[in-house]
Amino acid sequence: MQPGLFRPYDTSRMKVTLTHPRQELEVPGPTRVHQLLQRLNLTPEAYLVIRGDELVTEDVVLQDSDSVEIRSVISGG
Amino acid sequence: MRCRKCSHPAVIKMPRHNIALCKNCFTEFVHTQVRRAIDAHRMLTTNDRVLVAVSGGKDSLALWGILLKLGYRADALYVDLGIGEYSLQSRQKVQRFTEAIAASYQSTLHVHTVEREQGAGIRELATFVRRPTCATCGTMKRYQFNRVAIEQHYDVMATGHNLDDEAARLLGNVLHWQTDYLDKQSPTLPASLDGFAKKVKPLHRLTEREMAAYAVIHHIDYVVDECPMAKGSKMLAYKRVLNQLEAESPGTKHTFYLKFLDRQTTRRQEDSQTLTEQDRRRLHPCETCGQPTSTMVCTYCSMMAKAGTHA
Repeated sequence: MQPGLFRPYDTSRMKVTLTHPRQELEVPGPTRVHQLLQRLNLTPEAYLVIRGDELVTEDVVLQDSDSVEIRSVISGG
Repeated sequence: MRCRKCSHPAVIKMPRHNIALCKNCFTEFVHTQVRRAIDAHRMLTTNDRVLVAVSGGKDSLALWGILLKLGYRADALYVDLGIGEYSLQSRQKVQRFTEAIAASYQSTLHVHTVEREQGAGIRELATFVRRPTCATCGTMKRYQFNRVAIEQHYDVMATGHNLDDEAARLLGNVLHWQTDYLDKQSPTLPASLDGFAKKVKPLHRLTEREMAAYAVIHHIDYVVDECPMAKGSKMLAYKRVLNQLEAESPGTKHTFYLKFLDRQTTRRQEDSQTLTEQDRRRLHPCETCGQPTSTMVCTYCSMMAKAGTHA
């Protein structure tokens, strides 16, 4: 992840939860799903983006008021 | 983004097929892929009694649900490996799925608890026998699933291996030229001799991301966290590499694995010796437990003898 792009603990920003390892971030919106993944250096094929409890596609614009989970889909040893 | 089929809002884009689909059309897509896998590889009939190997993860729980929805008689087996909080959470998810979904189809869950039956959890057993935990776990699960399938008279055993699992395994086998394993990497393995259950992988046409999306859409409550023992595993490294290739060139995993299966089918047609004949020539009953093995005593029994806990 590139440093300096996000401001942790800013309550007016979009709340993003990442899995594997679990991490919580505050991200400035509005931003499209694919831009968010790009900023975090995440491969789209390995993640799902869930807003509330709905899956969203890469063109969806995420707002400051959104709670977003970026869920890793990779499993297995 | 709109669904390619019905123009409702899409929930997933699948670059390998160059389509985006809504919830309903995606669900239909997943079911169609499972039906295609089952039919093309003669995996199951609706008369078969199927035992699904469930772990609490997205693939196995989704598979159990899909088979029930498609009209198959599917029960499940959960092997509790005794990996602390991770196993407690997994077992809870499996039990909840059983009560919420499977019970309405009169489907049954079997549970095998390693700590109770083998005297120690999988981490401790791995330490006793000086083998990697993932290898010990693999041996344990294969053995127990096969044993329960045979003892409880199931016709087929189904696992939730998806396209990513199979492509990663293929990559590992090719990188190390494990030709024996390549021959065995098939979506259907026959019940080649007494003591072996038929094994099938109905999700092999669907990616890991598609299965996770299916689980989210259908509110399947699965264990999202990775097994703590899998940290640093080669399979995860192979999956990461394949996903990077997939991002550059969509369809890479699909082509890599499904073209391999095409070539395998052609080779088998040319080769007079079938998998069943090969197994019958090579395998015999284990001296200790009777399950088929290529050695005097099977890997599981020698492992348990080393651990000193074999009943």
